[in-house]
Amino acid sequence: MTEKADSPDRRPVVTPARVVAGLCLLAPFVAMLWVSSYARIEPRLIGIPFFYWYQMAWVLISTALTTLAYKLVQREQRARKDGADQ
Amino acid sequence: MTFTSTGLATAQLAAATKGINGVTLAVFVFFFLAVTVMGFLAARWRRADQSENLDEWGLGGRSFGTWITWFLLGGDLYTAYTFVAVPAAIYAAGASGFFAVPYTILVYPLIFTFLPRLWSVSHKHGYVTTSDFVRGRFGSKGLSLAVALTGILATMPYIALQLVGIQAVLDVMGVGGGEHTNGFVKDLPLLIAFAVLAAYTYSSGLRAPALIAFVKDGLIYLVIGVAIVYIPIKLGGFDAIFNSAHQALAQTGPTGKPRGELTSGPNAQWAYATLALGSALALFMYPHSITATLSSRSRNVIRRNTTILPLYSLMLGLLALLGFMAVKAGTDIKGNPQLAIPQLFADMFPSWFAGVAFAAIGIGALVPAAIMSIAAANLFTRNVYKDFLRPGATPEQEHRVAKLVSLLVKVGALAFVLTMDKTVAINFQLLGGIWILQTMPALVGGLFTRWFHRWALLAGWAVGMVYGTLAAYGVASPTQKHFGGSSAEIPGIGEIGYIGLTAFVLNVVVAVVLTFALKAVKAPDGVDETRPADYTADLGDEGVTADLPPATAGAPAGH
Repeated sequence: MTEKADSPDRRPVVTPARVVAGLCLLAPFVAMLWVSSYARIEPRLIGIPFFYWYQMAWVLISTALTTLAYKLVQREQRARKDGADQ
Repeated sequence: MTFTSTGLATAQLAAATKGINGVTLAVFVFFFLAVTVMGFLAARWRRADQSENLDEWGLGGRSFGTWITWFLLGGDLYTAYTFVAVPAAIYAAGASGFFAVPYTILVYPLIFTFLPRLWSVSHKHGYVTTSDFVRGRFGSKGLSLAVALTGILATMPYIALQLVGIQAVLDVMGVGGGEHTNGFVKDLPLLIAFAVLAAYTYSSGLRAPALIAFVKDGLIYLVIGVAIVYIPIKLGGFDAIFNSAHQALAQTGPTGKPRGELTSGPNAQWAYATLALGSALALFMYPHSITATLSSRSRNVIRRNTTILPLYSLMLGLLALLGFMAVKAGTDIKGNPQLAIPQLFADMFPSWFAGVAFAAIGIGALVPAAIMSIAAANLFTRNVYKDFLRPGATPEQEHRVAKLVSLLVKVGALAFVLTMDKTVAINFQLLGGIWILQTMPALVGGLFTRWFHRWALLAGWAVGMVYGTLAAYGVASPTQKHFGGSSAEIPGIGEIGYIGLTAFVLNVVVAVVLTFALKAVKAPDGVDETRPADYTADLGDEGVTADLPPATAGAPAGH
């Protein structure tokens, strides 16, 4: 994209941290849109069919992944800012 | 306290005439009066020195931190209608209603990716609405108007549905709203509730729902927490609940097909996935979500919120399961699945706690209705009134017009619910979701690239709107000839999928093809007033100060 090219610190747009953050944000889409992977009743959890508790478990998993992405992006932003200050 | 005594007097009077539960009603009225007082006091909360402008009234001075934003967004996105409709869908058809959970899971990675950019560019240029941004980015008033009108059109039925949510509660309490009472009296409680809502939104702006959201969410978490433990114990555990649901869903209905499924069957999986994805994409195009986001203090408040907002999704999932409990409990819904949850609460809980639960749903309708009417008012004021009717409007005039419009929008929604059949509101809400999704290429496309041509985006929007509306019109259900659902066959794939998403894909294809064509003939491109660095600017960066940008060029800033 043209837009990073004229930012003052000419760092690469694609960094390992950003790739990992991107994957963290992408994972819930793969898991949730692949409906046939979880459309079954067994195994149940305290009587609740798999279909339901699995999706609710993904609320927690995606929260953890988003938190990780947040930390990664934030750390990189700080690093960039420090780099720009020097 | 005068509140309770008035409430009790009313309750006793009503109980004497209709045999309704006085304790339940008294508790409900008590909470309702408490939030009304809060709503009016909110005007003084975190007040700025100069409050007569749209930044203050319509975005709460853009000063909200992580926790307030969390409550505000949560109160905004998980509405009373959600609380009534999601379990109702589960009650009626089983697994297909559970798509709300993957839908709200997918929302947060999306917010994380694009809303901080919108926050930054809006903060830098003083944009209050998405249409402001589209106009600034593409230099096109036409495209901006299209986005604004779509937003207003999609929001109106959403507000009307909040009333449907309150009606369900009032109906179960026996104080009108439904078909079981008649005359003017039946609508009186709803009229009072909405008059109160309109009055404090008018006087306090976005601060009122922000403050009330605390009460609403506190009550909702309490009620769900109790319900998800207490009701299964009463009903003999989840095993018993799901076994009974399995049997009930397998029974054939009037169409000769089973009522529903316990898991998403092979023929329903495309619809399930596309509904989840399409709804997630649409949610953050709604003006009220954007309003709540822009009212936050910094980029990081938004990102941090995407890590704590999913708590609501978990609650929504638990709530959805209540639909199955209503099946097991044999709740009498009087032919209206929307009554399933309120009726379940009335049957299962002691009367005083049923009152708390009803208050949670009732107040849950007020918060989003207030934010939605403010968002619609912002759109009208900025992108219709100021852009087209009165270009030289001062901030004071903007402020006044917005307040008036928020009032008109609510009166409109009320008239809608009182004069038309409930299904009309639901049909329009369904269409609204399809419509609002068509503004995404202009908004999100614009946030990441300036490649699209403004006319191509406008054409794509028009194609998506027309296709979506026609396709939805053609869907029949056992009870309705048109607008019977939001899914139809996807052309070329042959599977059943969400119409909104199909229309969106069509929209993007048209926008891409026409952009190539328009660039080839060198059609005039609009002026882009934003710079690349504007999209990543944060509080404390050079050029971004803690002070607010003026809502209107040439006017003094918010504070």
